[in-house]
Amino acid sequence: MKKYDNLVKNAVGRLVPTVINGEQHFPYKGVGMHRPTGKKHSPSISTCIDYPDDGNKTVASLKEALIKSGLKDGMTISTHHHFRNGDLISNQIFDIAHELGIKNLRWFPSASFPCQERMIKYMEDGTINRIEGSMNGPLGKFVSEGKMSGIGVLRSHGGRYQAIQDGEVKIDIAVIAAPTADAFGNANGVNGQAACGLLGFALGDSQYAEKVIVVTDNIVPFPCVPWQIQGNYVDFVVKVDQVGLPEKIVSGTTMITKSPDRLLIAEITAQFCEAAGLIYDGFSYQAGAGGTALSIGNYFGEILRKNNWKASFIRAGSNKYAVEMLEEGLVGYILDGQTFDLDGVRSMRENANHVATSPFTSYNFHGKGNFASMLDVVILGATEVDLNYNANVVTHSDGYLLHGIGGWQNTLFAKTTILPIPLFRDRIPVIRDEVTTICAPGEMIDVIVTERGIAINPLRQDLIDKVKNSGLPIKTIEQLKAEAEAICGVPEKPVLGDEIVAVIKWVDGTIIDAVRRVIV
Amino acid sequence: MLANFNHMPMNNYSFAGNNSPDTKSDCFVAFELRKSGGNVIDIKSKVMALYGKSIRALAEDMLNFFEIEHGHLIIEDTGALDFVLAARIEAAIKLQISSNKDYLLEGSAENKKPTQKEQFRFSRLYLPGNTPKLMISAGIHHPNGLILDLEDAVAPSKKYEAAFLVRNALRNLNFYGAERMVRINQIPKGLDDLKIVVPQYPNLILVPKCEHPDDLTLVNQAIEEIKSQHQMGDFPIWLMPIIESAKGVLNAYSIATVAMNVAALAIGLEDYTADMGTRRTTAGTESFFARSMVVNACRAAGIQPIDSVFSDVSDMNALAENVKTSKGLGFDGMGCIHPRQIAVIHENFAPEAVEIDKAKKIVLAFKEAEEKGLGVVSLGTKMIDAPVVKRAQRTILLAIETGKLEPNWEDLT
Repeated sequence: MKKYDNLVKNAVGRLVPTVINGEQHFPYKGVGMHRPTGKKHSPSISTCIDYPDDGNKTVASLKEALIKSGLKDGMTISTHHHFRNGDLISNQIFDIAHELGIKNLRWFPSASFPCQERMIKYMEDGTINRIEGSMNGPLGKFVSEGKMSGIGVLRSHGGRYQAIQDGEVKIDIAVIAAPTADAFGNANGVNGQAACGLLGFALGDSQYAEKVIVVTDNIVPFPCVPWQIQGNYVDFVVKVDQVGLPEKIVSGTTMITKSPDRLLIAEITAQFCEAAGLIYDGFSYQAGAGGTALSIGNYFGEILRKNNWKASFIRAGSNKYAVEMLEEGLVGYILDGQTFDLDGVRSMRENANHVATSPFTSYNFHGKGNFASMLDVVILGATEVDLNYNANVVTHSDGYLLHGIGGWQNTLFAKTTILPIPLFRDRIPVIRDEVTTICAPGEMIDVIVTERGIAINPLRQDLIDKVKNSGLPIKTIEQLKAEAEAICGVPEKPVLGDEIVAVIKWVDGTIIDAVRRVIV
Repeated sequence: MLANFNHMPMNNYSFAGNNSPDTKSDCFVAFELRKSGGNVIDIKSKVMALYGKSIRALAEDMLNFFEIEHGHLIIEDTGALDFVLAARIEAAIKLQISSNKDYLLEGSAENKKPTQKEQFRFSRLYLPGNTPKLMISAGIHHPNGLILDLEDAVAPSKKYEAAFLVRNALRNLNFYGAERMVRINQIPKGLDDLKIVVPQYPNLILVPKCEHPDDLTLVNQAIEEIKSQHQMGDFPIWLMPIIESAKGVLNAYSIATVAMNVAALAIGLEDYTADMGTRRTTAGTESFFARSMVVNACRAAGIQPIDSVFSDVSDMNALAENVKTSKGLGFDGMGCIHPRQIAVIHENFAPEAVEIDKAKKIVLAFKEAEEKGLGVVSLGTKMIDAPVVKRAQRTILLAIETGKLEPNWEDLT
């Protein structure tokens, strides 16, 4: 079997394979152009008499649960990143698979983290065929240099739900690490020593996987409430000594930036939003977990306070800053996809207006609507943007995979998408003739805010008109690019291999770009 | 190759630049002059894929420029801009050869613009002279002045290489309109610094620990000599001596009046309080006399009194209080050590709304009187004296400069 085949040029002009790892895929056709028909995926029918009447589904070990789930060669195993870099379970799954001599697994994480570096060993020895999920740090380097057997597939959080729901990825065994669960399999993230807030990324897996294993270090008597994961989907429950490292749930990107340049970008972004009339009584926004995004939230808070306004909701990534706004009454609700710190966890546990969401509610493109498109403003990062406003969030300019897509593509459907980014990072200009990897077509990106000026997509004439006399430093994207190159020099075009190592999915499951091998 | 770099005997190598783990936008250069074998250049760069070729081309050009035929040049780069790379390479080479040539990249015309003696100097941001990362975007925070510091912010062992970096920055860094300032070392050592910085058209030289007008006379002699050597014509180079001792305080007026190009006196309170055998407090009573002396000397000499830096960069409220006190004492500006302090300083040196309103009325009345050919300006039934008009005009300028008033305010009233 060829790793990939049938290359075609897609609607953004990128040459992408349509046969990947032996499966048929569609090339990207344009925003909203791919309209699949047919039925969703349906896992096998279960019968309750096959499960204990007393509701006790506990088994002695993760190994036993995996064997009872029928673990065998070529299966798809899913895990989730609710514990971020404090995850202790993913590695154990593949340790067990390795020990059992299982080969060719597809690992389907909602995101990967540096703590899972050991998977490299299992990709080298054939335990794992490929990762379909984010690949960064050491894993990203491994994949980028063409060392993985299969082709990597990167999906957004919403795209992952869509792929599961549509049957594009059939999960054989989903392993859901949960801070608290009961013996029936009801589970949540708000209680327990490893409390992480919520378990939304595992929702689709629980609904559609053939077998579902809940792993926890905190078994409570039935019923475990709230049941963010419903036990009725769960086959086995495993008690372990420790499910996750709580101190690593807080990642380094969840503090407000101290960099004066990034604070300036945040300040200009907030000024832009104010001048463009994007902020009003009842507006809604989403900002990521990066230091710049967090300080923009702070500035939004100041604007709301000054005008005596209240935001209707924040879509988050919550942390203490969002929680403070909720508690101060500057915002009505936090609709939370993942909690980034313990203040977020506490708030979700205690405050009925701090609501757990999932990629299904917030992002799924093949659903009957989602929350992302209702947002007024979304603030996102990017590694590169090109003169057509196409944006990249997964690879560096040297071609290395370094970030997952996360909810990034999904939130592009907000009314206004703003990328506050430094014009260059350690000499590397952010604005390129062409992005290394297209993760978003230019029509989805409205505004780029840098420390040296703001560029507005010509498609948003309304915004251009509104800020015309604001005194803000509005420039064209070409001007910004020239400014960066005057400082940094004109970059050479990196030479990448022809061989494809991974593909990037758009929110509808089509392939928007392919990642080429880095020549070492 | 670099893999061997840490293991090879480096006795004959000279070094420049930084390579600690958190170094960014800088490079570390090692150079060995050899007797044979031609030139060997080893480059390890974080931006290899995008700038590898251009770094190599620069290195080759520099070896040619300094007429080196056999040498080993090692560059470990973390995203240094060309002017930084060039400064590091030049420093490493010149530690091994004697050359009176300077390797200069094409400079920007913007960086030869003169400034005015009286221009606003509310804020001046100190930039350590050997830390390129902090220089590159400093100007976008729009301080009135940017100081490339060769004195206290540079470790003694790094002074040599810092001079090349500061020289190149004066030519190639974008200052975004900020006045280009250099703090040289204390006189007499600082006189050597002048040789390397003056040919690059700095707008203002800060002379630290100035105690006597003779210090400035020496500085001016050196500046004039270099200016005529480099045919710099009448390009103005202003001086801002820093008063940092009891003796300096007592000589403040004679220092302020020793030459026409003394544009301001600054006070440095860390050293001053040490000299006085006391400690700096928030209330600042220990330095009240010194600050008042400096303000008085400057006002008498018709130049700007500039206050010391406020060193707690995390406390913006305390800084705001400090600025208000400073303004109250009569200072026209103060130093800063973090870009976030700039806005606070401008905001609090800016005239208040009532001051601006009053100034607007006076200025308009003055204009009206002029148009009508009246010799006397009056507001209501009150006559307005000339110094009052002048102060009002300055308040208006200040208000515009600090963003408190639209430049076209007259059309808007």
